[in-house]
Amino acid sequence: MNESAWDGTLSASEFSASAQAFAEKWKLNNPAYPPWTWVKSLEVPIFATNQVEEGYLSLENVCIVKSNDDEVASCVEGEASLYDKEDEESTDSATLSGNDNVQPYYFDFHIIYSASFRVPVLYFRAYCSDGRSLGLNEIESVLPANSAKVLLESKWTFITQEEHPYLNRPWCKLHPCGSSDWMKLLFQAVEKVDRPAMELYLVSWFSVVGPVIGLGIPIQMLKEP
Amino acid sequence: MKEAQEFVWMGAIPLQIHLHESEVTTVPPPPPALILAPRIGYLPLLLPLIKPYFSSTLPPGVDTVWFEYKGLPLKWYIPTGVLFDLLCAEPERPWNLTIHFRGYPSHLLIPCEGEDSVKWNFINSLKEADYIINGNCKNVMHMSQSDQLELWNSVVNANLEAFIRSSSKLKSGTIEDDYASKSSLSSQKSQKMIGEADTSVQTKTGKVPVRLYVWNVSEDFGDMEDAPPIDSWDRISYVNRPLEIHREEGKCFTLHDAIKTLLPELFGKKRKPKGEGNISQPLETGSTADDDPEIKLLRIQGIEPKLETPISWVANHLRHPENFLHVCVYIKVPSAKSL
Repeated sequence: MNESAWDGTLSASEFSASAQAFAEKWKLNNPAYPPWTWVKSLEVPIFATNQVEEGYLSLENVCIVKSNDDEVASCVEGEASLYDKEDEESTDSATLSGNDNVQPYYFDFHIIYSASFRVPVLYFRAYCSDGRSLGLNEIESVLPANSAKVLLESKWTFITQEEHPYLNRPWCKLHPCGSSDWMKLLFQAVEKVDRPAMELYLVSWFSVVGPVIGLGIPIQMLKEP
Repeated sequence: MKEAQEFVWMGAIPLQIHLHESEVTTVPPPPPALILAPRIGYLPLLLPLIKPYFSSTLPPGVDTVWFEYKGLPLKWYIPTGVLFDLLCAEPERPWNLTIHFRGYPSHLLIPCEGEDSVKWNFINSLKEADYIINGNCKNVMHMSQSDQLELWNSVVNANLEAFIRSSSKLKSGTIEDDYASKSSLSSQKSQKMIGEADTSVQTKTGKVPVRLYVWNVSEDFGDMEDAPPIDSWDRISYVNRPLEIHREEGKCFTLHDAIKTLLPELFGKKRKPKGEGNISQPLETGSTADDDPEIKLLRIQGIEPKLETPISWVANHLRHPENFLHVCVYIKVPSAKSL
């Protein structure tokens, strides 16, 4: 028996395959949300190649609503981009019906592979409808109440502000250290297998990570097709 | 090993730091601060030395310090020596930088709240390197707070003796080189490097922590002096990928091999696993060695090592205190390349 136990990590190509599987399942089971798109990360902009399928998953303009009365927020469908982030201007105001107590915030999520830790990492940023970027503390306070709770109570998840690996801008990152540990536990406990089918990696990973930032996934996604 | 480490730790860049004109409230304006900055250090750590030059002239308000070179805000978590090697194609001595105490560009730079931010970033990089080398972060995680602090302080003060003492608790390992030592990678026993007096542990994963800063120079220039300035970080490709060393019988894995391995997008062909043939031989149709990008300049710790140097030597001797090898490369990609 030469094969050592699975260490909870995945390779870059396994990530790409898993991302595709995740995006497909999401589209099928989560119609209320916009789909995740695969963005190719062109390492050196001038030279594009299809040989290395390197990229990341992107879900942008997800509107998360938190009422000023501090009620539990609900997630509504993100609109197509009416907001030109480069100019930091908004070309449209909130699309919700006129409820003065409701503050819409827009989130961008990127799931990016870390070659160092061999796990996916979630990067995200948030902004108001007027285009203003939210700071780290503000983000933590606008997240739905139950996800803030998850964040506080879990020793596995904490958010830091770091530079996006490709975009040269500050984003928030959910720290990867420990991901491989809890992925291993998850698969052993839930799936009762020593080595998972790698296409399911991201779905399982997201079932833990998603709730932290207010994105649940429907139970159907966790089941085999 | 010790000599090379001393060379690296004693490396310093003379800086001439000018206060940004918008923040000068006195007439005449204060003269620039002349500071010798350790290569392995970080710009925000120099603040205690710099501030006295300018404190009497600053406008009222809270300090949010940032540095800039020719209009480019500098990423504070990149070691000073690396910034210099990357941004000054023709080394400028002293290096003229501008300091700001107000108006932090927070849409571009992650926040820096003084030494603590830099330390946190350093420790995180140390953990990342630990993970790459050992497959886990245990070495760093098991260091006590006071040991971590001692290690960090040795970096702040560029004190190699103190660093060696503190880092003995960290099994950072050295890279074994088959070509040099004829020992096998698959052995799990810890071995002493041949010719090395210190205790070295074979890296378990065979991977090297590397951070590559690639500037794709689209124009031709003869002298480095004529190199166009870097006006935006978007022109630099940052590659933070562990280097996997492919060991082959009788062949040395060189620095050149390392660059090609780290940039498969540029150097096109993947290496055959069995190591058949020469790297520059085309493995696919439609391209020849002439189409390969040209490495115009490669700098590590301010030197330009020969591309044939074994990567094990480079990584073991020129790495930074957090165990990453930082490499600055200027590459010229031939424009007429068909896909």
